[in-house]
Amino acid sequence: MSAARLVQALRDPAAVRGLDAKGWNGLIAAAHAERLIGTLAFRLEDIAVPDAVRAILADARLDAAREAHQALWEADRAVVALDGLGVHVLLLKGTAYAAAGLKAGEGRFIGDLDILVPRDMIDAVEDRLIAAGWEWAKPDPYDDAYYRQWMHELPPLIHGTRDRMIDVHHTILPLTARPKPDAAALIADAVPIADGLYILSAEDRVCHAAAHMLADGDVQGGLRNLWDIYCLLEDTDPVALEARAARHGLIPHVRQAKRLAAALYGTSAGLTTWDRLVRARLLARDGWGRETRKLLVFGFFVRSHWLRMPPLMLARHLWTKWRKGHRPQ
Amino acid sequence: MKHSLILRIGPATFRIGSAWRGPIDQLARLYARYPAVTDEIADFTVRLQPTSPVRRWIRPSIFITGDHGLADAAPMSLSHGLLAAEMGMNLQMALGWRRHLLLHASSVEKDGRALVMTGESGSGKSTLAALLGERGWRLMGDEFALLDLDTGAILPFPRLVSLKNRAIDVMAGEVGEGRMGPLLAATAKGDIRHMVPRADAVARMDEGAVPRLLLFPRFGHDADERPVGSAEIFMRLTQASTNYVALGQPGFAALTRFVGNVPARAIDFPSGEAAVAMVERLWEQMA
Repeated sequence: MSAARLVQALRDPAAVRGLDAKGWNGLIAAAHAERLIGTLAFRLEDIAVPDAVRAILADARLDAAREAHQALWEADRAVVALDGLGVHVLLLKGTAYAAAGLKAGEGRFIGDLDILVPRDMIDAVEDRLIAAGWEWAKPDPYDDAYYRQWMHELPPLIHGTRDRMIDVHHTILPLTARPKPDAAALIADAVPIADGLYILSAEDRVCHAAAHMLADGDVQGGLRNLWDIYCLLEDTDPVALEARAARHGLIPHVRQAKRLAAALYGTSAGLTTWDRLVRARLLARDGWGRETRKLLVFGFFVRSHWLRMPPLMLARHLWTKWRKGHRPQ
Repeated sequence: MKHSLILRIGPATFRIGSAWRGPIDQLARLYARYPAVTDEIADFTVRLQPTSPVRRWIRPSIFITGDHGLADAAPMSLSHGLLAAEMGMNLQMALGWRRHLLLHASSVEKDGRALVMTGESGSGKSTLAALLGERGWRLMGDEFALLDLDTGAILPFPRLVSLKNRAIDVMAGEVGEGRMGPLLAATAKGDIRHMVPRADAVARMDEGAVPRLLLFPRFGHDADERPVGSAEIFMRLTQASTNYVALGQPGFAALTRFVGNVPARAIDFPSGEAAVAMVERLWEQMA
């Protein structure tokens, strides 16, 4: 199993020394598929690797540096767009880690710019962004209405000339999810970094990452989320984290994230049966970068909908999506 | 995956996996004269996988992906499996190659000097390079020319030449059936047949050349020749490069140097023969 090999390489970089060509090919394919190739490249920076691997990892580091550069520029553009509105640009996820120089940001793939703003400011923020050149990316009226009514973020906006997406959040979980994080507290305790940019407090960063990974979505790309969590945990105080998780209604998620992070990337941890199932899902990736354990993966896909919506709403949503021709993979 | 093969083309190594035997067997036959690589670390993994489990067996349909992929890549019929494999390799280069500036261009070499030809699909750049490759030039590549960021040299990427529609008969007549792949009828780009480059193109695939002439060919017009301004050349080459943005400042520097050093012409031609004559004449005058 190559996902397992990837996890091992991130946990203990020296372990790659024994790999043959087939092993390297599997590790690199899995790292690409999990969007961890840049992270792997940073982890293996001081390890002696074959020349062919060194070239591949050098490319990945270069890509990561460019990603970070672009992401910070997008953040800067958002600061300019929202200037004078009385709203701080509070960065989430990849851009936050890169901007603050956190370990989780080293080599990390950064997709969209994610920011968190107070819900009562969301219309004003949207207007400002549209005025600054961002455009609607979801033309489907159902999707648009769904985002606005039930999600924790605006429908994604894409910049017309820079072709980069921004996700404007007003909280960190869909409104239909059972846990109700305290968005006002997230914003109140944000930490300034530089140039008008803010990030969540150390404990809130873990709460957010754990909520994103375990209370929302189908755990796709979970190995990267869990790597984030593993790195972010180093900056937290265990007691403060527990208190913060309680405030956001995320105690089970944060605890599980800590167990999984320790089990996969750390020394070890006792795992529950449910933890083991999540771990099996996380490691469902073969040496060609293909997803394996189809039934388990589908189970998590179903669960992701269950987490987001009460049954009746789920039925209506699936019916609408089915009529529009959408089918699960 | 069930069937697989490792190929090296110029500086890049590909590991190609397929759910079906056919595409791999065809690759193995057409790339038989390329350097043998069995147990090697590949720069890229390419996967030809069924679009859904059913489509492995019933009306087999290929989803092309790999280390780099496009979620909305059009599915392809298994009868076009060889083309799918070639597209899979191209996709990896286009999206993932970072060690040179990648130009969507064909190139040929003579006396250590390279002629680079760029244009849209259908401009004739591929056929022209293939023809020149049989007429005293060394074919360096029909799809991608690799511009070295440090030395400014053009490096070869001599994969199979992809011939379309009318070019198929022209080249099959020139090189004989032994170097031609199967006819892939009615693909999205029309009929396609692949051609194995001459042995010297493969043997010297690590050997670069100094670029000395850039042409913008256009097939299907009366013979004509025009100068092209350097700003236009620069813009067209940024559009012809898939990794210009990704390379950042080094890419800009390499391209600026290329545009500054290499004379360029746009040429129109009604036939391959006319094009070869024009190229030889321009090469005498300008290179």
